[in-house]
Amino acid sequence: MTETDAQTPVLSVRDLVVDFPLRRGNFRALHGVSFDIAPGEVLGVVGESGAGKSMTGAAVIGLLTPPGRITSGEVYLQGQRIDQLPEAEMVKLRGKRIGMVMQDPLTSLNPLFTVGQQLIETIRQHLPLSEAEARARAVSLLEEAGIPRAAERIDSYPHQFSGGMRQRVVIALAIAADPELVIADEPTSALDVSVQAQVIKVLKKLCESRGAAIMLITHDMGVIAQIADRILVMNAGRIVESGPVGQVIRHPREPYTIKLIDSIPTLNRESEAPVPAEAATPESAQDAYVRVENLTRDFSLGGGGSFFGRLFGGKDKIFRAVNDVSFSIRRGETYGLVGESGSGKSTCAKMIAGLIPPSSGRIFVDGADVWSAEGAASRRRNVQMIFQDPYASLNPRWRVGSIVAEPIKALKLTSNRSEIEDRVADLLRKVRLDPVAMRKYPHEFSGGQRQRIAIARALSTQPAFIVCDEPTSALDVSVQAQVLDLMSGLQEEYGLTYLLISHNLAVIRQMANDVGVMRQGVLEESGPVDEIFDHPKAEYTRMLLDAVPDLDKVA
Amino acid sequence: MLAFILRRLLQSLIVMLAVAFIAFLMFRFVGDPVEGMMGVDARLADREALRDRLGLNDPFYMQFWTFVKNAARGEFGISYRLQQPVTQLILSRLPATIELAVVSASLALIVGVTLGVFTAIHGRLPPSSRETLTALAAIILPALALWFLGRGLLWSFGAAALIFVSTAFWAKSFFSQAVMAVSLVGVSLPTFLIGIGLIFVFAVELKLLPSFGRGQTVELWKGWSTGFLTKSGLLSLILPAVTLSLFQMTLIMRLVRAEMQEVLRSDYIRFARARGLPESTINFRHALKNTMVPVITITGLQLGSIIAFAIITETVFNWPGVGSLFVNSVQAVDVPVMAAYLLFVALVFVVINLIVDLLYYLVDPRLRVDGRSGRA
Repeated sequence: MTETDAQTPVLSVRDLVVDFPLRRGNFRALHGVSFDIAPGEVLGVVGESGAGKSMTGAAVIGLLTPPGRITSGEVYLQGQRIDQLPEAEMVKLRGKRIGMVMQDPLTSLNPLFTVGQQLIETIRQHLPLSEAEARARAVSLLEEAGIPRAAERIDSYPHQFSGGMRQRVVIALAIAADPELVIADEPTSALDVSVQAQVIKVLKKLCESRGAAIMLITHDMGVIAQIADRILVMNAGRIVESGPVGQVIRHPREPYTIKLIDSIPTLNRESEAPVPAEAATPESAQDAYVRVENLTRDFSLGGGGSFFGRLFGGKDKIFRAVNDVSFSIRRGETYGLVGESGSGKSTCAKMIAGLIPPSSGRIFVDGADVWSAEGAASRRRNVQMIFQDPYASLNPRWRVGSIVAEPIKALKLTSNRSEIEDRVADLLRKVRLDPVAMRKYPHEFSGGQRQRIAIARALSTQPAFIVCDEPTSALDVSVQAQVLDLMSGLQEEYGLTYLLISHNLAVIRQMANDVGVMRQGVLEESGPVDEIFDHPKAEYTRMLLDAVPDLDKVA
Repeated sequence: MLAFILRRLLQSLIVMLAVAFIAFLMFRFVGDPVEGMMGVDARLADREALRDRLGLNDPFYMQFWTFVKNAARGEFGISYRLQQPVTQLILSRLPATIELAVVSASLALIVGVTLGVFTAIHGRLPPSSRETLTALAAIILPALALWFLGRGLLWSFGAAALIFVSTAFWAKSFFSQAVMAVSLVGVSLPTFLIGIGLIFVFAVELKLLPSFGRGQTVELWKGWSTGFLTKSGLLSLILPAVTLSLFQMTLIMRLVRAEMQEVLRSDYIRFARARGLPESTINFRHALKNTMVPVITITGLQLGSIIAFAIITETVFNWPGVGSLFVNSVQAVDVPVMAAYLLFVALVFVVINLIVDLLYYLVDPRLRVDGRSGRA
């Protein structure tokens, strides 16, 4: 990319300022952002949520949500100024010259139209093709995006595809009219690591074969390290640092960049979890605080699919989500469960937390069977759960105080009002929140703060064992680091036992003592974290580890 | 799918049986029919003979069974009041009600959905004060001018209404705001008031439209008389249809608007914009279809109540439909007609609900079973 200066950049942004005139005054989302993207170049834009990365992308393609608007600055596409084009002209540009891939493949396709219908309408909008020609092009686009048997699957509806496949469809849609620039806004954040690696490969290949420039917006430095040529670090609506990827990652100049890079948990860091005294051998089952034996869970998929299968009471199809899983967790330690989505790790968690009954197998917590009558009573108090999405797991109509106090009231631990209030205040202090927070509503808090509230709620019954289902996957890296720190702090202080479920191998490596790798409901491998991560025995574990984008792999 | 339909049909059958039972109970609680039929001076033996002939001495469940059997054959006995077979009575009144219901439902659906989409798209930002002032001036000034020229109140109102409709093209957010405000009137004014108001304006003052009846009718087939084929029939239809549809129209409009605003915020609409699709495709193809499921539900139920409970409108306009038949029957304690009407209403709702459930499948492919549920 040394001749960059000689060519016209595909995209050139100069002093871009975006304002949101609100009732309470003006909110400036972007403060004079300038950058260029050369043909065939991949520009990675990183930063935490609220940094203005997505805003930049939306401003370029002219899709700012009102009342947001470009106040000053210029945007050039191939030397042509586009930020002042009337809407009618912009519509012609979108999809034709600038393609866009959005974050969540599960929601960015219209559920009521087949994939083919959506592709064909986009193609015919931009290119003068007949229905049949557009269909042929749609099939070849899907193939190019890596969808096998595209000709058969083109008439399927979006819900019949998995998340990774849907994101490929979205990519196919974005490149349907051979755009010069593709804006990819967090294209892989909602995907599993292995799928993420495939999608990145697809993007990179397309970029090479078509010479399109890509503006890749992501909070994941690893992804940037893997695919981007240049990097742009953003914070609070400003560009903090930019340069070639290798240089910025290895020798970051700005303190913000350094902080951002440091807060990323990496696979290679030595495990920080407290190392247990080696006296107790892991196999001594008496020592295990939580013991899971031959856990199996089947889901019925309804009838055999066909009319007649249902009509004549054909046998229900069975989907085995969890298949004969056994492991144990010692008191005060953390067991990590990794695997891709659909591997059954969340189902495992729900069975252990007592939310869904197992089809067979038993779960002991502190020696009592969780699913027996007497075990259930102690389970409700001893086992708590933290959920993935702190935006969805707190009731938006309740004050934080009531949310945290609910388990105390439900289990009748105390009925004295002032005592409950004291306890809630104490819990909020434990998770490093001001007790004043109890009078507020969840929407007044950021994602990380909400996850702390969820942790306070889980702690309110003074449990000994907490099941954490992807506790940080909805959070920014720096916030993730804070929440993980809080979790290990609480573990040390109260001797908590954790079952930590995550698709992020680095988080598991940092937090867990032991780890189990799940695939299609089967526990492929289980043992101490260091052993498994450094010397994986199962082929699948090795594949997972290889798929993790890592800063150290940067060229 | 077939199993689903069969199951729904079975459920419908149970509902119908339950309603039939209630209808049947009416006969027993409203008094002894023999008393009413024979008068005071009949002999005891004659009464007994009649009781026997009518099957009133049979055990309770036998009587119910006979009632259900007859109902299934479409026989509900003879009306006490009119001395005609009930089935024939209802069938002769049915065309009027159905025609009124179909016209007003279509009116409500077409206008409601159009206005709902319009207000959802153009109502995102409140109108600027300049736009509001211009629009208000354009509406009020000509109206005042006409009033001063001595053309009368109705001319002024007519001009104001026409100009108001035209703001849909040049002052879009004012129009949608105003429509929302006016729709509150549609929701809150009682039907009879709207009906009487329309009669006053269009029948009494302007003498444009008839105020009652269905005009001339033409017999089509087996007693199905239609008002669609004559001029007076069509003219008579306008006022009752508008009256009946006004509430449904505003309801559908508000529903479509709320759903549409929700859908327009969704990711796939943003992505459709990013793909460069024109606004009209996005609004009418992508967004509208996604708002249809709740709209179908409500419209189905509303259509049911338009057919079954058009009583007030039919009374105000003296419309010879099933509703006014029912009102008259209630006044005369004409139990066979009331029982039959009850069953008829239940049948209408059951059938409409079945159709609505099938429409869901047509609209939303995710509901078509394909064995991808229960994933963890």
